[in-house]
Amino acid sequence: MIQNDLNLILPEILLSIFAMLALIFGVYRGQDKKTATLTLATAGLMLIVGMWMIFGGSSSEAAFNNMFISDAFSRYAKALILLSSAAVLIMSLGYMLRHDLGRFEYPILIIFSVVGMMFMVSANDLMVLYLGLELQSLALYVVASIRRESLKSTEAGMKYFVLGALSSGLLLYGASLIYGYSGSTNFQSIIISLDSGSVSLGLMFGMILLVAGLAFKISAVPFHMWTPDVYEGSPTPVTAFLSTAPKIAAMALFARVVYDAFYVLISDWQQVVALMSVLSMFVGAIAAIGQTNIKRLMAYSSIAHMGYAMIGLASGTLLGLQAMLVYMAIYLAMNIGTFAFIMSMERDGQPVTDIGSLSQLGVKQPGRALAMLVLLFSLAGVPPLVGFFGKLYVLRAAYDAGLIWLAVMGVLASVIGAYYYLRLVYLMYFGEKQDLSLDIVKSPILSGFAATAAVVMVLGIINLFGIEAAASLAASSLIN
Amino acid sequence: MSIFVSTFYLFSLSVIAGGLMTVISRNPVHSVLWLILAFLSSAGLFVLLGAEFLAMLLIIVYVGAVAVLFLFVVMMLDVDFSTLKAEMAGYLPIALLIAVVLVMQLAMAFGLWSYADTAVGAREVLVNPEYHNTQALGLILYDRYFILFQLSGLILLVAMIGAIVLTLRHRKNVKRQNILSQIYRDPDKSLEILDVKPGQGL
Repeated sequence: MIQNDLNLILPEILLSIFAMLALIFGVYRGQDKKTATLTLATAGLMLIVGMWMIFGGSSSEAAFNNMFISDAFSRYAKALILLSSAAVLIMSLGYMLRHDLGRFEYPILIIFSVVGMMFMVSANDLMVLYLGLELQSLALYVVASIRRESLKSTEAGMKYFVLGALSSGLLLYGASLIYGYSGSTNFQSIIISLDSGSVSLGLMFGMILLVAGLAFKISAVPFHMWTPDVYEGSPTPVTAFLSTAPKIAAMALFARVVYDAFYVLISDWQQVVALMSVLSMFVGAIAAIGQTNIKRLMAYSSIAHMGYAMIGLASGTLLGLQAMLVYMAIYLAMNIGTFAFIMSMERDGQPVTDIGSLSQLGVKQPGRALAMLVLLFSLAGVPPLVGFFGKLYVLRAAYDAGLIWLAVMGVLASVIGAYYYLRLVYLMYFGEKQDLSLDIVKSPILSGFAATAAVVMVLGIINLFGIEAAASLAASSLIN
Repeated sequence: MSIFVSTFYLFSLSVIAGGLMTVISRNPVHSVLWLILAFLSSAGLFVLLGAEFLAMLLIIVYVGAVAVLFLFVVMMLDVDFSTLKAEMAGYLPIALLIAVVLVMQLAMAFGLWSYADTAVGAREVLVNPEYHNTQALGLILYDRYFILFQLSGLILLVAMIGAIVLTLRHRKNVKRQNILSQIYRDPDKSLEILDVKPGQGL
């Protein structure tokens, strides 16, 4: 009994034990001098566990009195989380060491955050959901303010912490109302109680509060206020991490809550998710226009992208869920590439985030500008690239589910949003001439990541690297 | 009115009064003291419910640790509460509006409250009524909820790492006393006897 249970959470156990050993190793053997070793070892372990998630079995099992579930859906999300975290760790190592951020606790906190995310996507109980979420967020609050001598970084961490605590409060209040109605925190028992008769208004309150708490984590409008400030204030590698793995985890958790536990109440949550989706797309598209800081711009960009992913969620069908999963995978690839580029933006050895500094980059460093051009076109959803197919997929799902108005809104927001991506392209190729230009990037890792992501955007149109089949398997394991 | 009901009303009233006074009292130290009253009265309510372990836990953890910590923070930090209050007054109308809307919504939710038919059964699965409180909690915590217990441990570990990462500074130019090196100091190496000729100096 307990043996089987422990076997099922072996990946999580492995990562946690590695983190604790790494902590002891770091403290006793040289502290910050070991940052590079620890970061690479962490990334290596995450890659291995990620591969294990991809190739390791196809069973669907529950453990610990049905509180933890390991199915194709959770493995899909875990693979994305682990691989993207490993990628972000590898590409941020150089930046961290160069800019005096090479604390050996950084990779350790990232592992704990990833363990929290793995529990989130496998949660089959409101208590595991909350603890996973809290483990994930707590580590992120710390890394957001890891540049503690900078006022902005401290402010980012503080803001993230206070607003995150508020959202946890909402989520917990919702969870307690749900427990009060159904007498259990387990998703299966909640489903049984929902099937058993008329649904109380109190339960509806609980569900909506739960959804609000989760929407905060994926920064969906109107719970997005923290995103631009936190993205801008955190060190760039942390921003890259914030915009990738936690988004997958929260989105997957969101999907599991609404598709698994509360699927019966689809008519009630569908309108809420659809509304948040439309608002996110439009706020993300319009508010980004005035931004001059590329990290703030990426914050609004990620808000808008979460809006598109939520279109898939709102459609409430198998195709919709599959479209959401494919969209998130594509979003990850685009964001990793773009942040590899942003991390390499330096002038006289100092990082710059002003978009004006991109002027004339296309003339001075054509290769680098071309990679960014492809990534920006893909983010905007320009047809021959992978980003376009992601959007097409979710819009198609909404259309099939009868949410034609939502699909139309998605197209409109996409057109508005294209403006600010194309403005960056305009700056790179036709911007004003200026004396100050970006340094020639010397990091082969960063340029490698940006270039690979750009190539993926082009080559992916052939068959999306088989992600579609995996997403379909994952989606069908959640809806049965 | 039985003794049980009257005790319940006594404790409930003092929780509400304590909570209200925490918010509206002018002196922050008094606020914390009212908060402690609210905690103690809620512990009394727990005892009435038959949850004596939780009651003691509430007193030890919240009154003994958290509230005393608050007291220290309030006394040590030089926060000008009067300006904070003045700023807050500007937001008062909108805050009241939101509060009224929230109260109405909650009244609606709880007014039409109903349990699922399966709720009572689901609640009873967890505990064997023969065990007393502490034993039942232990059985749930270390057996059924083993995974949650371990996860909470990880969260506390992260909190510890976080506190150290954000506050520990290795200062370089501080002179510290190294007792070991003082003890091992050798008189032969630190003392030198020189024969100084009169009128020459060193």
